[in-house]
Amino acid sequence: MSKQYETVIGLEVHVELATKTKIFCGCSTAFGAAPNTQTCPVCTGMPGSLPVLNRQVLEYAIAVGLATNCDITRYAKFDRKNYFYPDNPQNYQISQLYLPICRNGGVEIETQQGGKKIVGIHEIHMEEDAGKLIHDEWEDCSLVDYNRSGVPLIEIVSEPDMRSAGEVIAYLEKLRQVIQYLGASDCKLQEGSMRADVNLSVREAGAETFGTRTEMKNLNSFKAITRAIEAETERQIDLIEAGESVVQETRRWDDAKGESYAMRSKEDAQDYRYFPDPDLTPISVSEKMLEEIRARQPEFRTEKMARYREEFEIPDYDIEIITGEKPLADLFEAAVALGAQPKKVSNWIMGETLRLMKEREVDASDLCFSPENLAKLIALTDSKQINSSVAKEVFEVMFAENVDPEQYVEEKGLKIAGDEGALRKTIEEVIAANPQSVEDYRNGKEKAIGFLVGQTMKAMKGKADPGAVNKMLRELL
Amino acid sequence: MNMNIVEMTATQLSAAIRAGETTATEATEAVLAQIEKEDKKYNCYVTVDRDGALAQAAVVQKKIEDGELSGPLAGVPVAVKDNICTEGLLTTCSSKILHNFVPTYTAEAVKNLQKAGAVILGKTNMDEFAMGSTTETSAYGPTKNPRNPEHVPGGSSGGSAAAVAACECIYAIGSDTGGSIRQPASYCGVVGMKPTYGTVSRYGLIAYGSSLDQIGPLTKDVTDCAAVLTALASHDTKDSTSVSRDDTDFMTALTEDVEGMRIGIPNDYLGEGLDDGVRTAVLQAAAVLEDKGAVVERFDLSLVEYAIPAYYTIAAAEASSNLERFDGIKYGYRTEEYAGLHNMYKKSRSEGFGEEVKRRIMLGSFVLSSGYYDAYYLKALKVKALIKKAFDKAFSKYDLILGPVAPTTAPKLGESLGDPIQMYLGDIYTIAVNLAGLPGISVPCGEDSGGLPIGLQLIGDCFQEKKLIRAAYTYEQREKKF
Amino acid sequence: MSNMINDETIEYVGILAKLELSVEEKEQAKADMGRMLDYIDKLGELDTADVEPMSHVFQVENVFREDVVTNGDERERLLINAPQEKDGMFVVPRTFE
Repeated sequence: MSKQYETVIGLEVHVELATKTKIFCGCSTAFGAAPNTQTCPVCTGMPGSLPVLNRQVLEYAIAVGLATNCDITRYAKFDRKNYFYPDNPQNYQISQLYLPICRNGGVEIETQQGGKKIVGIHEIHMEEDAGKLIHDEWEDCSLVDYNRSGVPLIEIVSEPDMRSAGEVIAYLEKLRQVIQYLGASDCKLQEGSMRADVNLSVREAGAETFGTRTEMKNLNSFKAITRAIEAETERQIDLIEAGESVVQETRRWDDAKGESYAMRSKEDAQDYRYFPDPDLTPISVSEKMLEEIRARQPEFRTEKMARYREEFEIPDYDIEIITGEKPLADLFEAAVALGAQPKKVSNWIMGETLRLMKEREVDASDLCFSPENLAKLIALTDSKQINSSVAKEVFEVMFAENVDPEQYVEEKGLKIAGDEGALRKTIEEVIAANPQSVEDYRNGKEKAIGFLVGQTMKAMKGKADPGAVNKMLRELL
Repeated sequence: MNMNIVEMTATQLSAAIRAGETTATEATEAVLAQIEKEDKKYNCYVTVDRDGALAQAAVVQKKIEDGELSGPLAGVPVAVKDNICTEGLLTTCSSKILHNFVPTYTAEAVKNLQKAGAVILGKTNMDEFAMGSTTETSAYGPTKNPRNPEHVPGGSSGGSAAAVAACECIYAIGSDTGGSIRQPASYCGVVGMKPTYGTVSRYGLIAYGSSLDQIGPLTKDVTDCAAVLTALASHDTKDSTSVSRDDTDFMTALTEDVEGMRIGIPNDYLGEGLDDGVRTAVLQAAAVLEDKGAVVERFDLSLVEYAIPAYYTIAAAEASSNLERFDGIKYGYRTEEYAGLHNMYKKSRSEGFGEEVKRRIMLGSFVLSSGYYDAYYLKALKVKALIKKAFDKAFSKYDLILGPVAPTTAPKLGESLGDPIQMYLGDIYTIAVNLAGLPGISVPCGEDSGGLPIGLQLIGDCFQEKKLIRAAYTYEQREKKF
Repeated sequence: MSNMINDETIEYVGILAKLELSVEEKEQAKADMGRMLDYIDKLGELDTADVEPMSHVFQVENVFREDVVTNGDERERLLINAPQEKDGMFVVPRTFE
């Protein structure tokens, strides 16, 4: 490859909002219900039904807009996007084209070179999600479930400001963090509560104008996004190098194959005939409404980091990691509020929690153990009722099932034996069984005591305080 | 018993029931018998719910006897246009595509009538999806005008208007998107009213042009019209465009008093294309009101000829989108054989929709399509704003606007559908009212030389239904005083 | 007729509207749409340069519902009208390649 190319990337990020009900009707948005059991005439497109906007959707959208430095549109409207597909019961999607709720924002990201850069946000609009299509292998047909139909989404459309997969991931992580801090969504890529479509074009380095872009869909993880960006960049460069041209089209990423293919159909005119939805009234955002939402904005990461530095004596590195994920910060603060020492809470998060999250592929938002139980576990070690290896063992169970550590330790008999008689008896047996080590110790070999402590701990199945064992051993010898 | 129930008004019948002179059940049986006798001739109904009606009547009668129901609609049988959803009762929009559709919920307007003690008789015939002016585009055959069965009853609420005229119900409800209540009322010689946009909930009304559609009454006289509108009107939180009003006791407007009322007659409504017979009758009606103390003047409304193209652009655009949901997947007609999804869509829709509906869907899809939106749709919305302004100006001078409902009396069956634009031109006096969201009423004001009814239209400013009712009531009382 | 609607346009609108017209219907649709558009072109006589398009007649704004679950399981009712149903879902022609 002789020429130098630059990749230009813009993202369309769909985020499912964490409301209790759908955007235009009172159906639940809860996950995992049996097909079509969370539906009503509105979200299944029954004739004569009409939509009414969920106030919380608007408030979340405005909150995200404020947190990403957008201008809030004071007079916004909903439009209909018309296209036929079975997951779309009305055959139009209620969305926003002409007057979206937020415009002209941006967030700061750190580039791989260590610098900072603003990724512009063109607009954020509110819209409804579609239902789910399930392929029926037996009958060679598809089945439609409208439980997800009408679940509220915001679509965050960036400017074409990103130049690498790294910047894309940094931007997505930034968005996720802000939105999680707001509580507006849990932003899980795997589960589809955050979805990113990548608009990508390449151009010769230094060129002023953009190349023809493609839109890549079906990207379900950061890894898939990175791979797709690399593959698409290569594909476009190959086309250009071969003297062919890039076709503006939507492509679907197949992560298993590591390649994409064009989604095209002659029945797909891509002419959505947007027009203002006559069934919904315009939205007028008053200064008062804005002030109320502004006042409710939470402490964001930068503020939180500053406060942690001031309030807690924990390393900067810990602060960075813990505040990087809102659920971790919440866990940390709650456990500290229950009386646990900050440094110890931080150690549990930075150590075992992160290790198990990675090992078991658990998202921070899916952590199941309560801060109460973490605080109890810390208290158990503080009071030397269990030793650190037992604590780790208990933590693993807590991580998986949120057991109460006090109860668990009690039931399993994991407490350090407080009974001096039992300990004395065990040590006497150990001394009797290891005459050589006893001899070595008496001859001044300090190391031998370590072996005897180990043997005692083993015999006690770990339920002893090594310090206490050491002390009694010396007495008896 | 010496009374003819089927010819009674709702107000009279409910009084008779309250007085114990008859019962809701007896009244329902009488009307059902009338339907049995007459409907083969006129085809007013798509569905008659004999058993359901009798069951409702029994329940309502008990409530009347227990003193739970006492209003002017208690125990009175009503006919409902077939584009208004009724739980458990076939609702077809007179279209093949909904030939088997049974709603799982009842429209808010119908619920309001039920609360007032109405007995639902069945569903009336209409132009398919309310697109038409003659009730000839129905997939279930045309309705005939009871005043002369060789003529159309008007449309699209032709079944409702004809059912009232033929005494196949005591009163009916319809929907009006561009004149669909007022024009058939005029052709059939009954009273019909389109309320201010937002007064009656649209929840459960199968949409044609959502920004224009309104449900309203078709009745034998103005008193019933006020009573039915009082029951229909409500602020419904399920309809975002529903308006909260506190002046919806329209019975209080039933007074014979137009003293000092300023009434304007647009010159534009008396021009070319208006039948002489209609003009004469309308001007005579104006003279009656003047005689009763109103101040009547001619004026230029302007923009009247732009209302039809603006209306057909907006209504077709909205309809093209509103009717997308009829796709053979969730309800209604699905074609027998198809090859794949898109073929299934196309065949189901092409076989399920009639000609006029397809014509409007095609036009609506085109005016919204890429490259044409600004030139057609947006332009029409701007003209709508100008038309609204012209009405605002008129209502700064007048309490009411008076004119004909339609340029002619009811045409003969089979004469209208051949030339769509000619048919659309017939809506010229009613259509602007929907664009501007105004209330309008049609009141019988005589007959042409062939004995066909003529309708007088009164148009009010937004939320001024009471002025309309007062003037219409005063006019209606004329014969009793002369 | 100043608006001549060609075959491609009718074909295209047919794809958008999901309508399949016979040869005769297409000819009729071309003529009808051309005439209607000629008629609608009349709006061009009006100067609307400074006019705001009016989609809603009234200034009814900010109609909201609160975020409270009001609906329960209505699946059985939902499926009453389904032309084809399986396992509590609507059956449609295969949508996956």
